[in-house]
Amino acid sequence: MAERKLLEVDFGVGGITTQATPRALGDELHSESMIVNLGPAHPATHGTVRIVAELSGEKIIDADVDVGYLHRGFEKMCETVDYNQVMPYTDRLNYVSPVINNFGWCLTIEKLLDIEAPKRAQYIRVILSEISRVSDHLTCLGASAMELGAFTVMLYMMEAREYLWDLLEEVTGARLTVSYGRVGGVKEDLTDGFADRMREAFKGVRRHLVNCDRLLTRNRIFIERMCDVAIITAEDAINSSITGPMLRASGVSHDLRKAFPYSSYDEFDFEVPVGTKGDNYDRFLVRFEEMEQSMRICEQAIERLPEGPVIVEDPHIALMPKEEVYKSIDGMINHFELVMYGVKPPVGSVYQGIEGGNGELGFYVVSDGSGKPYRAHVRAPSFIHMGAMRKMLLGVNISDLIPTFGMINMIGGECDR
Amino acid sequence: MEQIETGPCTDYIKEQFSELISELTVKKSSVVITTLPQYSKALLERCKVDEKLQFDMLVDMTAVDWMDARPQRYEVVYQLLSLKNKMRVTVSVAVGEEDPSIESVVSLWQGANFMEREVWDMFGISFHGHPDLRRVLLYDEFVGHPLRKDYPIQGKQPRVPLRYPEVENTARQMHRPELVTIRPRKASGDEQAQVSERIPTAEGI
Repeated sequence: MAERKLLEVDFGVGGITTQATPRALGDELHSESMIVNLGPAHPATHGTVRIVAELSGEKIIDADVDVGYLHRGFEKMCETVDYNQVMPYTDRLNYVSPVINNFGWCLTIEKLLDIEAPKRAQYIRVILSEISRVSDHLTCLGASAMELGAFTVMLYMMEAREYLWDLLEEVTGARLTVSYGRVGGVKEDLTDGFADRMREAFKGVRRHLVNCDRLLTRNRIFIERMCDVAIITAEDAINSSITGPMLRASGVSHDLRKAFPYSSYDEFDFEVPVGTKGDNYDRFLVRFEEMEQSMRICEQAIERLPEGPVIVEDPHIALMPKEEVYKSIDGMINHFELVMYGVKPPVGSVYQGIEGGNGELGFYVVSDGSGKPYRAHVRAPSFIHMGAMRKMLLGVNISDLIPTFGMINMIGGECDR
Repeated sequence: MEQIETGPCTDYIKEQFSELISELTVKKSSVVITTLPQYSKALLERCKVDEKLQFDMLVDMTAVDWMDARPQRYEVVYQLLSLKNKMRVTVSVAVGEEDPSIESVVSLWQGANFMEREVWDMFGISFHGHPDLRRVLLYDEFVGHPLRKDYPIQGKQPRVPLRYPEVENTARQMHRPELVTIRPRKASGDEQAQVSERIPTAEGI
């Protein structure tokens, strides 16, 4: 199948154009397969991605997944700026949970520097990461439900997400392009009264989730569209490097927060939901349960939030307080050096993976001792999952392509970098 | 915590794969195995199937361009993960500048398919035995491999010619009506003078 180049077929301009290729199945039986082009601009692929599917009747017998329409050279750009200046670029990777990307990058550089953020900063990172994870899952499930006709669910979930984004906006100052992480800690402390507002927001989110649960989980139409569709076994999932909720839906209990605890995740009590079959319905259920677990982590963290600084007190890594900069000469020099030349980690290379919304979000950074990364690479879960999508699509109906795509939850910014 | 587990593991790897490994270092609790391109696939396969190690997932794969800093220009880096032992290992393979190529591992891990295509796309390192090696993030007509260090940071790519000039493009042949022109509603001079009076001018303010 691989020798035939699907891409060389002309698809005309826009829309779905088909071209039949005759294929003999037997001496008497003759059958035709049909090629359907989906994308790159299609309302249901929320993101620019192109899928060329070969159909036999309604079944997909081959598919070519074409990504890269949103490629903007993230890795090349990182080589031209210093370590803290990469932060706004990481916002634009997974733009549904930008805080997690920020902290992934920070943790990588901290591993390279061999330092650890203060305890309070770690807890703040946990709280904001988990809030982002909930908003990530809400977006994924809401959009997928809408594509299956459940528009109400989508509106409920968007409203729930709004509560969470209000919290994020309050702390970080932005809804989407947060740039809240700093090497060695976070930008600012939590606002006064954040704990109460977070509990209030969670009440609202839980109220909506109960409604969504009632509307979807036992809904016969929803179950029949999702159950037994695009099954991927645990073995295949591991072989295809699938991580995150998709791997857990296949029955593998692997969560980086438990397996390789970072940012004090080992101090919290939470469950890792695991699916049984690895179909779309399992992926939905795993994500749904993870939201509740994430909120549990947040509540534990805010209760035990330790006192102290939110960023390391090392003038070569973090900016000093403004009083020091204005009143002392060495404070001034340190500020100048840090702004002009950036953080300078020792020579070496490091890989750090964290549990992103979609799976393992990894950064591989090579330092040559200067203020700019010599090489920065992102292991984007969406990209890997799109690589595994062909395997999931084989044998499913064309009408199940969109729900499968929704459950993969491809984020264009992260996939194409 | 990881140190205790990696200790016996590094000894085990050294013992078992001594003929395949050129160097093994433990830095900041991460194990890095360096090997030669001709042994890379054999080493990765044995890491995967070995009963004690069981590195069953290829988490990530990328490359680094070292230019003249190293005798071999490119370095291909594999990140392996063992789900059972909760352990990671990095395998680093140096690849020369002339004919940069290495054995493909798609037969071991399906997930390597897109990763190898990306490395080919960005660095121009080809993989022997890859089923479908073409660009993944960039388009086929792209000139050069952008993550190589000699690729300029600024510059323009050449324009892409029509991919199928022999195919009739319906958009080009579409009948286009004339552009719309809107004439003034009333052409008389008095009306226009009145309109211009109503518009405040800088002097009026």
